[in-house]
Amino acid sequence: MAQEEVNKAISGEYKLGFEIDIEEDKVPPGLNEDIIRFISKKKNEPEWMTELRLKAYRKWLTMEEPHWAKLDYEPIDYQAISYYAAPKKGVDSLDEVDPKILEAYNKLGIPLEEQKQLAGVKVAVDAVVDSVSVKTTYQEELKKLGIIFCSISEAIRDYPELVKKYMFSVVPMNDNFFAALNSAVFTDGTFVYIPKGVRCPMELSTYFRINAINTGQFERTLIIADEGSYVSYNEGCSAPMRDENQLHAAVVELIALKDAEIKYSTIQNWYPGDEEGRGGIYNFVTKRGLCEGENSKISWTQVETGSSITWKYPSCILKGDNSVGEFYSVAITTLAQQADTGTKMIHIGKNTTSTIISKGISAMKGQNTYRGLVKFYSSAKGARNYSECDSLLIGDKCGAHTFPYLESKDSEGQIEHEATTTKISDEQLFYLRQRGISEEDAVSMIVHGFCKEVFNQLPMEYAVEARALLNLTLEGSVG
Amino acid sequence: MSKLEIKNLKAKIGDKEILKGLDLALEEGKVHVIMGPNGAGKSTLSKAIVGHYDINVTDGKIIFKGKDITNEEPEIRALEGLFLSFQHPVEIPGVNNAYFLRTAVNAKRRYEGKEELNAAEFLREMREIAKEIGLKPELLNRSLNVGFSGGEKKRNEVLQMMMLKPDVIILDEIDSGLDIDALKDVSKGINKLRDGKRSFLIITHYSRILDYVKPDYIHILMDGKVVKTAGPELVEKLEKEGYSSFEEK
Repeated sequence: MAQEEVNKAISGEYKLGFEIDIEEDKVPPGLNEDIIRFISKKKNEPEWMTELRLKAYRKWLTMEEPHWAKLDYEPIDYQAISYYAAPKKGVDSLDEVDPKILEAYNKLGIPLEEQKQLAGVKVAVDAVVDSVSVKTTYQEELKKLGIIFCSISEAIRDYPELVKKYMFSVVPMNDNFFAALNSAVFTDGTFVYIPKGVRCPMELSTYFRINAINTGQFERTLIIADEGSYVSYNEGCSAPMRDENQLHAAVVELIALKDAEIKYSTIQNWYPGDEEGRGGIYNFVTKRGLCEGENSKISWTQVETGSSITWKYPSCILKGDNSVGEFYSVAITTLAQQADTGTKMIHIGKNTTSTIISKGISAMKGQNTYRGLVKFYSSAKGARNYSECDSLLIGDKCGAHTFPYLESKDSEGQIEHEATTTKISDEQLFYLRQRGISEEDAVSMIVHGFCKEVFNQLPMEYAVEARALLNLTLEGSVG
Repeated sequence: MSKLEIKNLKAKIGDKEILKGLDLALEEGKVHVIMGPNGAGKSTLSKAIVGHYDINVTDGKIIFKGKDITNEEPEIRALEGLFLSFQHPVEIPGVNNAYFLRTAVNAKRRYEGKEELNAAEFLREMREIAKEIGLKPELLNRSLNVGFSGGEKKRNEVLQMMMLKPDVIILDEIDSGLDIDALKDVSKGINKLRDGKRSFLIITHYSRILDYVKPDYIHILMDGKVVKTAGPELVEKLEKEGYSSFEEK
């Protein structure tokens, strides 16, 4: 009995599964050079970008889908996916966003009108529906400080020098199968440039929404923090509930120059599919940050609650001396979700330090794998890493797996690794209930306690959202 | 008037019948002690009263403050004022001891229609009690029971009991594995809560806690039934003659 209650508790309904009823421009399913040319043309891209896309496509054709992750899923038919879909209205003019999209974003709690603020705090938002960015707020205000915050399509047209210099510099187009596919067909995403010495005065964020049926989403994000600058960037996402799987293959590149800091937070809530594993998003994402300059810092925080398949390893290349990489992660797999996620910390510069805190929660038939690499090059004198990987199991049909890889060519380096696996037992729940705490609150108390270290890393307004999302996932135990 | 009345209680664990028609009444303000040999059903009785998931009640009734709670959810029984001090308090990593206790205290206050305790009031009371019963202050900020010694776990149970101020307190082997200092501290907590209204049910193997907590009634539990009820003088007889003299002939 108790177990059923708990299952109910952690499989709260997916509340964002609605469709936005809008007309969309969509290409027929299939992938070939004509489709890529079409996408490039649709976005008014310069010739050099079209050529880069085609180059990536040709590389992709020679590559094979990786299967080393602990993930079990139906083969993906890349010819059955439509690679471009865009809402018909509101693309050309930012002021004429389809009211239905505005309404949908309001429903998601993401205000696209500048006067409406998230939790009373100014947050600049780039809203992406399927293959296009539909609205970016606070652009003018940010521009006064020299900050560029726009869609990647705009950046390719308006800031080609920056794009040419940095795109593919951290994640090469042939880095891996999914990155190559993204490089060929990426549609939209966000571009951020913070000039020297500027501290970005507000949170920047992108909210991705998959809406069209049978469509993949391939966004690309590029963030450059110039010397001595600081930016905190957040992304969120959701998708309608559908029986088919949809592919999401994103690439994110971060570059932090000397003394710069980038804080990147993700709340991932793609549709997770149902209990039997029907439907849900296949999430194959390459995220990597380069600490290029001395004393630079890149910090990844992720709260992963959605997707049926997650394959994602936000990483840091610590090239600059004294640079710092951080990875804080909460990954929840319930229903029939599978996640293979973790990080890579590549230490190249002297006295580089990295911290990895990973919290995996598995319930029902969820399978949660932590996979992480810590690598010290011989140049990384005095490098240090601390890793902590904890798993929490709820019930007896789920699984947690930990694969830490350590490579050290530097005998002076220090690596510390700790891992624990615990289970929420009936005895724990009963103990809390005997003290007058409801079963739902008891589960929530244990799970929140387990995630605390990671949630503390999120910007305040997003920590509130993450806690609420966790509670939503935990909802429904009182019956 | 009895605070808690158990009538003809039959209960199973799995297929095995453990309680076989047990009758027991706890009087207001009194300390009742249940003694009995291993396997008599002492722990099963305490678990049945608080609604533990292992116990399947097949017949009989549990009446608490005049209400039938036989099929009530465990948290409702707790909010109504039933408290069990566990024989083996479970460890809950990540859940801060003080935070847990404040949640429990405020859940009860809300249930009773009272205002929640603010953080300052709560902390003051918690620290005072902890000091009184010899619970190290650093344990208040640790994860609930994680890495606590046997004596620290039992003191932590007493702290919860003193903060929650329940109407009926069941102490399941509170004295097992305690050294003399811990036993004195735990007894001090129990005696402090004796106010002429609150009732206690002490389940024990040994008579040594009874040197510190003076009982009103002794019940002998054998093979799933209460076979004898008497005053504190029964303990002496029991020490001399053992349980065998109470076996049903």
